[in-house]
Amino acid sequence: MNEVDSDYLASAITDGVKKTTCYMCACRCGIVVHVKNGKVRYIEGNPDHPLNAGVICAKGGSGIMKEYSPARLTQPLRRKEGAERGMAQFEPISWEEAFSLLTERLARIRATDPKQFALFTGRDQMQALTGLFAREFGTPNYAAHGGFCSVNMAAGMIYTIGGSFWEFGGPDLERAKLFVMIGTAEDHHSNPLKRHIAAFKRRGGRFIAINPVRTGYAAIADEWIPIRPGSDGALFLALMRELIAKNLYDREFLSEFTNAAYLVDVTPGSAEEGLLVRHPEGDPINPLRPHNFSWWDAEKEQWVPDHTPGVRPLLEGERTLPDGRRVKPAFQLLWESLADCTPEWASEQTGIPAARIVKLAHEMGVVARDFQIELPIAWTDWWGRKHERVIGRPVAFHAMRGLAAHSNGFQTIRALALLMTLLGTIDRPGGFRHRAPYPRAVPPNARPPKGPEAIQPGAPLKGAPLGWVEFPEDLAVDEAGNPLRIDKGFSWEHPLSAHGLMHNVITNAWRGDPYPIDTLLLFMANMAWNSTMNTTEVRKMLTDKRADGEYKIPFLVVCDAFYSETVAFADLVLPDTTYLERFDCLSMLDRPISEFDGPVDACRVPVVAPPPGVKPFQEVLLELGWRLRLNAFTNPDGSRKYRNYPDFIVRFETAPNSGIGFLAGWRGENGTLAMRGAPNPEQWKRYEEHGCFFHYELPPGLRYMRNWNRDYLKWAQEVGLRRDFDPIVIHVYSEILQRFRLAAEGRWPGRQPPAELRERVRRFFAPLPFWYPPLEDEHTDRERYPLRALTQRPMAMYHSWDSQNAWLRQIHTYNFLYVHPQTAQAAGVEDGGWMWVESRWGKVRCLCRYSDAVEPGTVWTWNAIGKAAGAWNLAPDANESQQGFLLNHLIREELPFGERTISNSDPITGQAGWYDVRVRIYPADPTEPPQSWPQFAPMPAEIPGMAKRPGGVIAYPTVMSVEEAAAMQESMKSPWAFLFQKQGASR
Amino acid sequence: MTQFALVIDLNVCVGCHACVTNCKQWNTSGNAGPLADVNPYEADPRGTFFNRVLHYEVGTYPETETVYLPKSCMHCEEAPCVPVCPTGASYKREEDGIVLVDYDKCIGCKYCSWACPYGAREYDEARRVMTKCTLCVDRLYDPTLPEERRKPSCVLACPAGARIFGDIHDPDSEASRLIREQGGFTLMPELGARPANHYLPRKKRELAISEEQVERVHSPTALRSAPHAVGLKPIEEEL
Repeated sequence: MNEVDSDYLASAITDGVKKTTCYMCACRCGIVVHVKNGKVRYIEGNPDHPLNAGVICAKGGSGIMKEYSPARLTQPLRRKEGAERGMAQFEPISWEEAFSLLTERLARIRATDPKQFALFTGRDQMQALTGLFAREFGTPNYAAHGGFCSVNMAAGMIYTIGGSFWEFGGPDLERAKLFVMIGTAEDHHSNPLKRHIAAFKRRGGRFIAINPVRTGYAAIADEWIPIRPGSDGALFLALMRELIAKNLYDREFLSEFTNAAYLVDVTPGSAEEGLLVRHPEGDPINPLRPHNFSWWDAEKEQWVPDHTPGVRPLLEGERTLPDGRRVKPAFQLLWESLADCTPEWASEQTGIPAARIVKLAHEMGVVARDFQIELPIAWTDWWGRKHERVIGRPVAFHAMRGLAAHSNGFQTIRALALLMTLLGTIDRPGGFRHRAPYPRAVPPNARPPKGPEAIQPGAPLKGAPLGWVEFPEDLAVDEAGNPLRIDKGFSWEHPLSAHGLMHNVITNAWRGDPYPIDTLLLFMANMAWNSTMNTTEVRKMLTDKRADGEYKIPFLVVCDAFYSETVAFADLVLPDTTYLERFDCLSMLDRPISEFDGPVDACRVPVVAPPPGVKPFQEVLLELGWRLRLNAFTNPDGSRKYRNYPDFIVRFETAPNSGIGFLAGWRGENGTLAMRGAPNPEQWKRYEEHGCFFHYELPPGLRYMRNWNRDYLKWAQEVGLRRDFDPIVIHVYSEILQRFRLAAEGRWPGRQPPAELRERVRRFFAPLPFWYPPLEDEHTDRERYPLRALTQRPMAMYHSWDSQNAWLRQIHTYNFLYVHPQTAQAAGVEDGGWMWVESRWGKVRCLCRYSDAVEPGTVWTWNAIGKAAGAWNLAPDANESQQGFLLNHLIREELPFGERTISNSDPITGQAGWYDVRVRIYPADPTEPPQSWPQFAPMPAEIPGMAKRPGGVIAYPTVMSVEEAAAMQESMKSPWAFLFQKQGASR
Repeated sequence: MTQFALVIDLNVCVGCHACVTNCKQWNTSGNAGPLADVNPYEADPRGTFFNRVLHYEVGTYPETETVYLPKSCMHCEEAPCVPVCPTGASYKREEDGIVLVDYDKCIGCKYCSWACPYGAREYDEARRVMTKCTLCVDRLYDPTLPEERRKPSCVLACPAGARIFGDIHDPDSEASRLIREQGGFTLMPELGARPANHYLPRKKRELAISEEQVERVHSPTALRSAPHAVGLKPIEEEL
């Protein structure tokens, strides 16, 4: 036992019960794990946990089988000398060898050109650590999977209301009367959403689901409104238009808490055209983000600073300032921008009858207005006005990747945020509620590196690898406007790419555009399979070589606990722990599990001992960080700063003596402080005693209207959730976007886009939301490819994480393409028959299933059920690879752009346009093999340290033969065995 | 006489399968286990699950309903599986109405699975005996468990709270109240098995809005004139 491991072994138990946090998906419920004879016996929900209150899902209940997976990697592996990449030919090496090899390589890169090292992570829930490592290393080439997941949802809402769905906010179903769910089947916030939707329905709430497909939560909706993929933005614009036309919106809320009444310079040709007018006598509040905007006093007809007491601001019309500038309130511009967004127009885009769109707007507007909630909670707004009550408008929304994963997603989600704002539902009871650390500034304060000078050999990166762009000057580009990052994040191609563009990393690195890299480290990201677009070609890129025989991406390191498709391509494999074997924290610095009523963070502690050869990725980073002598992980004398990850979590502070660390509970030397306080060496113990979570309940006066709640904002700054003490006014009108438009028009005094990108930036950076068809439509023959194809996430299987799970794979063993019967019949495809689905970019052979629960223009399947043969140590003829299929082969990571290509993403955020693909379908020829296509050579099962796959019959808790199973039954001398003796039948 | 049963609320079940795997994890190493898995990592895996979720589509587009139907042993009051059992292995307990199988007596002849109208029996290929839902009888009376956890594993797991466990012969139980008040029904009652498990139906919540409501002029939060109505000056808001 070495020092690093000692805490792990001390935490593990062989018999008894231990509380920790689930990680069978990103929901992160509290669990109680029962251990018997060193093996996990039963995992139940923690009844005291705020997230799941004792319940647990199908995945959580199958956590045991993760521990028994034969796909488990148990020792570091190196690609065999002479073996080709992709063949999974490995030899075992020691951790010391692995660290030496990595340290030597990374030290060389760091000393010469740090950006040659790229670190990209999948469903990483320790981005505060992985991001810190990248920053300290000095590379800008870091991101987690957000760019290909749902950055549009985060960015679209954060750039509008300073918060977002998922971990960062959600629908207040406890008080809502009407719940509208759009583009969601299953969710991150999985168990809480199930709990709350069920309770909402039982209370008599009305639930409307808008989705091309009726599955998941939508199954229990009171009404399903099918919609064409990618058209949601048109629906929102039409709803807004109807709400405004019928006066069914919250005018007071708009005036007071958003920039709807702020004056916009509309002087034609002015350099300031489209920017908000600052008032010289206004209070800037915050010099880093001046707030001195303008209103027009509607009664006295004069120009005044915004929020001048006693003034009712003008919302409609046009006025002239004393200096001759023409101005309009932002709301006037919003109304003008909606002029053509009639229900009939939206009906053409969405397929929803115009009358239904109108009725939907009326339902929302009438419920918001006539079911007003008044809570007897006093609060004070930013401007010092005391309110006796908190007002609520009980219309709640939830949305997810159905909106986000389109190339028009950012503007669509802006439109949704404005719809919610018009109804007056932001951080109010019954509507949308924030979760800490949100709300944050629009946009939050972190900024990406601003130029090549931010990247220096042997030095940390200047700036955070990821951040929020506010001005063209914040972009990560060089003098000529070329991207600094390998994924071209924060460049003119995708200026607001807050989560990077992981989906383009391999293609760009392979092409050497904008430059080649040396080492790519992937953590928990299946980039050779379901986490990549254009899977077949990307796999080729990983094995493609330069003229000199070296791989185009010379060194690929993969860290994973299981034998994924991507592991086969690794030059170095680092075996990770499972969630039951490691320390983790779900930190306020990252993506915590907060509730509406206050911050919640959580941790994991080892319940069972990790296998001897594996190492948690966190420990790998700490060790590497020290070996590379990165400041954050090394003492001034060169010694190792942190004994191990638990020690790091307890002692790390965001700045010297900031009192802010990874975990917010039980801080201070005596463990009596919350949110902020000196490191407490006993912090892990306190968390363990309290079920591995910390819940800070805000006083009622600080729970609502937090964008403008003075006491909350003060508290948030004091505890370090926010840097500044200023209000977070909703950006109905986005001046940030307008700055980019001005730059594209050559009217911005600073940075301007390269010529080839000017029209693109000008077109999409509209300061008010608008709808355009997904960009793929411009490159695809819509007659030839009339259908849209998309995927959804099944509740019992979280992407590729658990195909190796003996129980979960029985629920989803393979997938069908679900097709409306008329669509299928028109194409001659039979129910249950083999068919082809083809896009402009590729084709896939799969099985068809007729479904009346999908709109006729859409075909869909479950995501990531299909596997490569032999992957995850499933048999080469397992159903996952033979009948299951992956839609990704049809989806391109790039689209044509003039003479070159550009990422197939939202042009604002770089969000991957997964659901934009257009397809056609036709039957497979009867002579074709009854097998999905494409197929790949099976991955070998003989990997050093990987278990032999048990065949035949097994029975948990011990993998055993039939005879052994019978013997075990005999030997079970439970005190309750008498219950199984016959005690008299009823007849 | 007590008759324990599950009342399953189809109005809130989202088909997440929590009941399926959490049943399995409790029972596989509980008294009724182990629950075998055949070909766990090979082609065509199939295992013993006491509880399964069926998925139906009802109606034609766009009036389609997606229905999830969790199904396990109904613990019938006139259980057809009991009289057909040649060895007496299949029996119904008098004290709580739970239908169980005595594995020591079961010879794996499968008569009971032919007799069961609900397809709720699960033949265990490892032990060659018939198995089925026990309502987690090894939890119900376990004094070492906190009282509120003495329930079937599926009930405790269900994120939607769609599974209610109780005595349907006790008119004051929550289960009986729900059946009574919410139109609880049994599957295929015409077969006469008198299943103890009940289902609660889907319910639809509508919202009727009259034209008058929409057009109402005295909106507390809105202007009396539409902003596009040219020339009209907005009047004072009623705050």
